[in-house]
Amino acid sequence: MDASEEPLPPVIYTMENKPIVTCAGDQNLFTSVYPTLSQQLPREPMEWRRSYGRAPKMIHLESNFVQFKEELLPKEGNKALLTFPFLHIYWTECCDTEVYKATVKDDLTKWQNVLKAHSSVDWLIVIVENDAKKKNKTNILPRTSIVDKIRNDFCNKQSDRRSLPLFSRCCSSLRMPWCSTTSWTPSSLSMWSTSGPGVSVPPGALDCWVFLSCLEVLQRIEGCCDRAQIDSNIAHTVGLWSYATEKLKSLGYLCGLVSEKGPNSEDLNRTVDLLAGLGAERPETANTAQSPYKKLKEALSSVEAFEKHYLDLSHATIEMYTSIGRIRSAKFVGKDLAEFYMRKKAPQKAEIYLQGALKNYLAEGWALPITHTRKQLAECQKHLGQIENYLQTSSLLASDHHLTEEERKHFCQEILDFASQPSDNPGHKIVLPMQSFAQLRDLHFDPSNAVVHVGGVLCIEITMYSQMPVPVHVEQIVVNVHFSIEKNSYRKTAEWLTKHKTSNGIINFPPETAPFPVSQNSLPALELYEMFERSPSDNSLNTTGIICRNVHMLLRRQESSSSLEMPSGVALEEGAHLLRCSHVTLEPGANQITFRTQAKEPGTYTLRQLCASVGSVWFVLPHIYPIVQYDVYSQEPQLHVEPLADSLLAGIPQKVKFTVTTGHYTIKNGDSLQLSNAEAMLILCQAESRAMVYSNTREQSSDAALRIQSSDKVTSISLPVAPAYHVIEFELEVLSLPSAPALGGESDMLGMAEPHRKHKDKQKTGHCMVTTDHKVSIDCPWSIYSTVIALTFSVPFRTTHALLSSGTRKYVQVCVQNLSELDFQLSDSYLVDTSDSTDLQLVPLNTQSQQPIYSKQSVFFVWELKWTEEPPPSLHCRFSVGFSPASEEQLSISLKPYTYEFKVENFFTLYNVKAEIFPPSGMEYCRTGSLCSLEVLITRLSDLLEVDKDEALTESDEHFSTKLMYEVVDNSSNWAVCGKSCGVISMPVAARATHRVHMEVMPLFAGYLPLPDVRLFKYLPHHSAHSSQLDADSWIENDSLSVDKHGDDQPDSSSLKSRGSVHSACSSEHKGLPMPRLQALPAGQVFNSSSGTQVLVIPSQDDHVLEVSVT
Amino acid sequence: MAVCIAVIAKENYPLYIRSTPTENELKFHYMVHTSLDVVDEKISAMGKALVDQRELYLGLLYPTEDYKVYGYVTNSKVKFVMVVDSSNTALRDNEIRSMFRKLHNSYTDVMCNPFYNPGDRIQSSPGGPYFLCPYPVQVGPTSCVRSSPGGPYSCVRSSPGEPYSLCPIQSRAFDNMVTSMMIQVC
Repeated sequence: MDASEEPLPPVIYTMENKPIVTCAGDQNLFTSVYPTLSQQLPREPMEWRRSYGRAPKMIHLESNFVQFKEELLPKEGNKALLTFPFLHIYWTECCDTEVYKATVKDDLTKWQNVLKAHSSVDWLIVIVENDAKKKNKTNILPRTSIVDKIRNDFCNKQSDRRSLPLFSRCCSSLRMPWCSTTSWTPSSLSMWSTSGPGVSVPPGALDCWVFLSCLEVLQRIEGCCDRAQIDSNIAHTVGLWSYATEKLKSLGYLCGLVSEKGPNSEDLNRTVDLLAGLGAERPETANTAQSPYKKLKEALSSVEAFEKHYLDLSHATIEMYTSIGRIRSAKFVGKDLAEFYMRKKAPQKAEIYLQGALKNYLAEGWALPITHTRKQLAECQKHLGQIENYLQTSSLLASDHHLTEEERKHFCQEILDFASQPSDNPGHKIVLPMQSFAQLRDLHFDPSNAVVHVGGVLCIEITMYSQMPVPVHVEQIVVNVHFSIEKNSYRKTAEWLTKHKTSNGIINFPPETAPFPVSQNSLPALELYEMFERSPSDNSLNTTGIICRNVHMLLRRQESSSSLEMPSGVALEEGAHLLRCSHVTLEPGANQITFRTQAKEPGTYTLRQLCASVGSVWFVLPHIYPIVQYDVYSQEPQLHVEPLADSLLAGIPQKVKFTVTTGHYTIKNGDSLQLSNAEAMLILCQAESRAMVYSNTREQSSDAALRIQSSDKVTSISLPVAPAYHVIEFELEVLSLPSAPALGGESDMLGMAEPHRKHKDKQKTGHCMVTTDHKVSIDCPWSIYSTVIALTFSVPFRTTHALLSSGTRKYVQVCVQNLSELDFQLSDSYLVDTSDSTDLQLVPLNTQSQQPIYSKQSVFFVWELKWTEEPPPSLHCRFSVGFSPASEEQLSISLKPYTYEFKVENFFTLYNVKAEIFPPSGMEYCRTGSLCSLEVLITRLSDLLEVDKDEALTESDEHFSTKLMYEVVDNSSNWAVCGKSCGVISMPVAARATHRVHMEVMPLFAGYLPLPDVRLFKYLPHHSAHSSQLDADSWIENDSLSVDKHGDDQPDSSSLKSRGSVHSACSSEHKGLPMPRLQALPAGQVFNSSSGTQVLVIPSQDDHVLEVSVT
Repeated sequence: MAVCIAVIAKENYPLYIRSTPTENELKFHYMVHTSLDVVDEKISAMGKALVDQRELYLGLLYPTEDYKVYGYVTNSKVKFVMVVDSSNTALRDNEIRSMFRKLHNSYTDVMCNPFYNPGDRIQSSPGGPYFLCPYPVQVGPTSCVRSSPGGPYSCVRSSPGEPYSLCPIQSRAFDNMVTSMMIQVC
């Protein structure tokens, strides 16, 4: 159907010559839309861009729609205006890809080729969506897919069509379920058609058009929806609001409405052109009070009206964005608004928007927007005269690497310029955070353990990394130090402090993460430490727990972390303790700054704040973290004496180390240690004694001569001159005089003397060395009190003695045992009788005068006792032997010999006991099981002696006799004693008096059997005083004897009762009854001449049937 | 061809952002930052349904006069934002989607780098810290240095005590991928 043959609808405005628009494709479709199209199209005003600099005009255009025919296309060169088809439209309502592929595509291609052949470039393909048709088909794709296909197939080579994105933006903004696209299509379509590629529009015209269309769309939406619907769909409309705002803003800038002075003539011309281009308002809105058209016209008419409309729109947009949670978009519009205010010279209004946007960018870590917004804020603050804020922002910008070097220098210079201004209020400080100016990187103590004594010098070297682009001269850098007296006083001791050194004295400060949002990742890790608090007295655990050392980092408020723009949070601490470093030039990058301080009061010093002053500007690091501390201690002077070896040995020179810790005391010339000498300990003065003097940290040392003077009572050691907090060390040789405390009970000799003890001895059982403590009292120059020092010496030897007999000949044996780890050389052994009886002679049987005694070995010495007249009842002996360490060379002093004193009593042999066993008569050998005869011969070897005069001695007819009890015991059970095994005999006290005892014994085993023991006791008559002390419990019974070993006061006496004897009965019955007593004879008084003798016993013929009968 | 490609952390700070031409960098930073509003909206609107479908592509976030901004979100809530010139009509959903997928793969490679700390910015500046490799043989762009095939990764720190930093080889691969998307003309 030919469009031109259609009956024309009523025409509102007539145009004599209408531009020709051809229609191809689905003619029925076109016919159905034609009435609306031909009516609506002329109503849309469109821009007529005119050439030769003439202002564009808004015109209403009618078109003459004709069916597409190839003949209509102009021939080459023919540009007849009236017959020229300006636009070619292809109509289709295809929504099925199959149909598209089968027919429509081919048809389109043909149409395109024809157009191309005639160089016609202005064409349009219209796809009309038909909901009814769509619903009938199941395999239809969304409309967009056909559009996409067509676009893909035919629009590829199309160059930039500006209207297209505009169109699609409107579409996307209006994808609302309640708003059908068709309702606004005509006007959009007409606009779209007019802005072809060849059409030029004056600047701003497009903005006007977008502004109007946005508002029109919004108005229509408002017209057809209720408030609730609109509110719930702000997300879809806010884009148009924002777009309109944006366009109005650019129109305002274009027309000079946003400048302080207002528009100039050029701006006015431009405005007039734009307003003229708008044309007349459409009749349907012309009579309304409010319309987009009126709004635009009014806005462009004056500075005030523009401001009103722009602010209205901006605020509405911001409000809408905020209400749906699009904070970033709201801030962005706000930033535009801030720009506007800045242009209008209203920085006080701009500030809040800039701060808001900046806070948002900081919170999310967007570096470039931060820098950009900060720059704007800096300008704003400068205009507002917010000096502190401006300087703070400037310092941030000066350290900002996103700016150019020139810009950074500019902001740095702003700070320096301000700082150098003479202040009208001297002493007034502008306090800014240090972070952006310079960063503290590390800190190093010297001494590295950060412990210094009172009066000592401490150096603190810090590395500051300057963020400024140019060198900055800093008048002073100050560290504010907090002083506290340490509560735990034990911590202050030098020992503790030196033990608890920090690793290497270098503390590193973590670099502050620059604008970075607070996230889980960027939060610092928990720094947990175990904490033990111990009692200062006994080091026992008082409390324990876990502490978090960076709790202030973890628990700080999130807002405050991002409000770097606010310098108000930084407070300058005033403290009495400051470390100062003056006139430093901080070069860009790392700078080393050294503080030196002399320690004054003891306690703990915590570095709290770091400040750098540039004129009246103070950059402050409010908290130094991790915590940096140093300790100042005061120490009492101390003397410490300790052996050089593990233990000191008595008798030989031993080295003892003296350590004088001077502490706060200065050793002057003439100061000395006065040692009151212990009785038995010598201090050996050597000609060359030297002392070492160290500083407390052991870093420096020197040595000095030591002068030692000794008198009888006092040894004086002159100390070398030493300053406070130094250590003097020297060694002295001491000698504990050897003495041998004899060991009670260990000697196998009875009746020995009490050991001669000069000192308080600690004696340990076993093979430990006997120790001797020597207490030395030392007077120190710093104290009126004496220091008492105990030194423990160990006696290296243990000595025992024994009396040996051979008939009446007597020998004394001394055993020296070396308990120490050292080898010694023994020499010049002597045994002398201290009672000095001329009659007695001690004949040494030792051959060697020199004898080594190795560690843990023993050496024996033997002397024979000889006398001519009656021997003394007791003998006091002193053994002495010279000794020296075997390893050492010549000793400087001669050592005192080792002595050992002991007493020997009753050593003279009174009785000789001889036992013999004879085989049964007629037999050559003893046989097991057969009775043999035992003959015991007891012979008195001397006449009456002093020792015999005791209770047992009886005198009759000028003859003396004593009572003895013999007993035959065989502990080894080789023999069975038959009959009475013991008996009491009366022994004449005369030389060669003999008593013979006969009894029968039976060997139980074959072989060489030792003879049974024959024991001899002194048989004492009843002694009433003694027996009454007997206690029933102390009676010990065996098969034949009850022996009372009541040994406390009479260790050598025994009571013996034979059960078979007349005296014996049940012990309990005899309690309190008079009883005789037995006393063992001292070993030296009885000589058993048959000891060691053995008798050969041969086995009996038939062992199996051996019968033993004991009666 | 994309004019700006950005990778944004879960916490909404940029992990990587590059644009061309570079003189308009700031504009794109603002644009990408503002687009996060729509990303957030889409993610919250997406709800469970789309999470289950594993649809990571968010589609067109919003158009401006000259550009179209597209979004994509990974399962770990890392966002990719791509700005495309509006005049480029050739780039449609499918193309954009596949570009995002490529980008995602490349980003996954970055995450697989043992020397990359998740959350760190992806740096590709040639002045960044480099490893002093103790081994003479360098391995290809997707892995760091291994002493033997299958052996453990070994690299030394740029200075003692310094934390391991991103291997430059790895981020360069990512950078190259972005470059290819920016210069590629469909």
